Amino acid sequence: MEAKYGFFLGCVAPLRYPGIEKATRTVFKELGVELVDLEGAACCPAPGVVRSFDEATWLALGARNLAIAEKQGVQIMTICNGCYGSLFDVAHMLHEHPEKLKAVNEILKEVGLHYSGNTQVRHFAEVLYNEIGIEKIKSKVKNPLPAMNVAAHYGCHFLRPSKLKHLDDPERPHILDELIEWTGAKSLNYKDKQMCCGSGGGVRSRNSALASEFTAEKLKNMKAAGAQYIIDVCPFCHLQFDRTQHDTVKGYDIPVIHLAQLYGLAFGMPKNELGLEAHAVKVNL
Amino acid sequence: MAFAEAVKKAGGDTLDLCYQCGTCTASCPSGRRTSFRTRQIIRKAQLGLKDEVLKSEELWMCTTCYSCVERCPREVEIVDIILLMRNMSVQAGNMAEAHKKIGANLLKIGATVPFGEDMKKLRSNMGLPANPPTTVGNQKAQDDLVKIMKKTGFDKLMGGN
Repeated sequence: MEAKYGFFLGCVAPLRYPGIEKATRTVFKELGVELVDLEGAACCPAPGVVRSFDEATWLALGARNLAIAEKQGVQIMTICNGCYGSLFDVAHMLHEHPEKLKAVNEILKEVGLHYSGNTQVRHFAEVLYNEIGIEKIKSKVKNPLPAMNVAAHYGCHFLRPSKLKHLDDPERPHILDELIEWTGAKSLNYKDKQMCCGSGGGVRSRNSALASEFTAEKLKNMKAAGAQYIIDVCPFCHLQFDRTQHDTVKGYDIPVIHLAQLYGLAFGMPKNELGLEAHAVKVNL
Repeated sequence: MAFAEAVKKAGGDTLDLCYQCGTCTASCPSGRRTSFRTRQIIRKAQLGLKDEVLKSEELWMCTTCYSCVERCPREVEIVDIILLMRNMSVQAGNMAEAHKKIGANLLKIGATVPFGEDMKKLRSNMGLPANPPTTVGNQKAQDDLVKIMKKTGFDKLMGGN
């Protein structure tokens, strides 16, 4: 087991839901995995916006983050599907296109960095599932959660495109459901479970009404299945479900919890360290 | 057909593989509720209908969920093609104000969202450093980031914010 990762924070977790950052630090420490900070890392950069605007900028900013990890000699671990998607795709594109890697390094030279193409990009949920595993995780559950019926939201860029990621079946996945059930909670099946939350691709900012329609459909399907909580693995999906229920799609009030926070709760973290006051939909645990 | 060739050259080399089956449109959660038709936008790109594609609001209705890519029987890199056509649209001056704001924030603190005193306080109360160990609160790192964005012309693209 790789016992050390570069912890890539991204934007939304540290600046909107710091409980996700705090819970991740605590949970991985408890599991005996060292997380080191990637000093001076920036936005991944956001795949739906920056990549939509200008691929060369997206590649250069992504490569800067990959180069920082390479310099520190660590793999990158993200807690966000967007960061995972972006950094994974940048690393893949630079690997497949040596001319793009060369162009990016010409730019990175200006800031004293170089990327050789060696940084692996991992998603924390996949690290939990593939590297740490059921036995270790179950041994750390001090506070089992059998009373929780939850709707798992995989989001898009965790598993897709599956041709590159090879983590799970993109239409009928099980990883997140299993990770949830290792805490004792029950992960429900619901209609269109794999559907997007609506926030990606720059849609939340450019066309928030459309994003809200996606979210409303997901909420309806989650509620019909009896979901008491939504469990996500992406702070941006998290923000979309949390803020949209508060601002536009009212009447559901299904609390939104990131998987790291769920693990924090199950591992016995004090509730006041989960950052729940930052949530727009009140979380009663 | 200069437009179709430009799309293929920019990385959309799978464009011609599309045989218009419509699996993409049928799989699209955005098309269920909007006038965005994935199959149609790909066809327009194949036919080189540059203005129809680049000026359409539908080009910006894709959430990049990859449902179409997962199901495409011809393995067309649909999302990649949409994103690179958005690049062309931005080059032609089609940029939403909300998106410019995100770009401006990136140039300011290296993050897509603003960061204020309330959040610093919450972070401190939770035992986290007030500033995360990123470009936020690290002037040297932020200067480096801006240097890269100036080099690629991103600052000008965002309207000189």
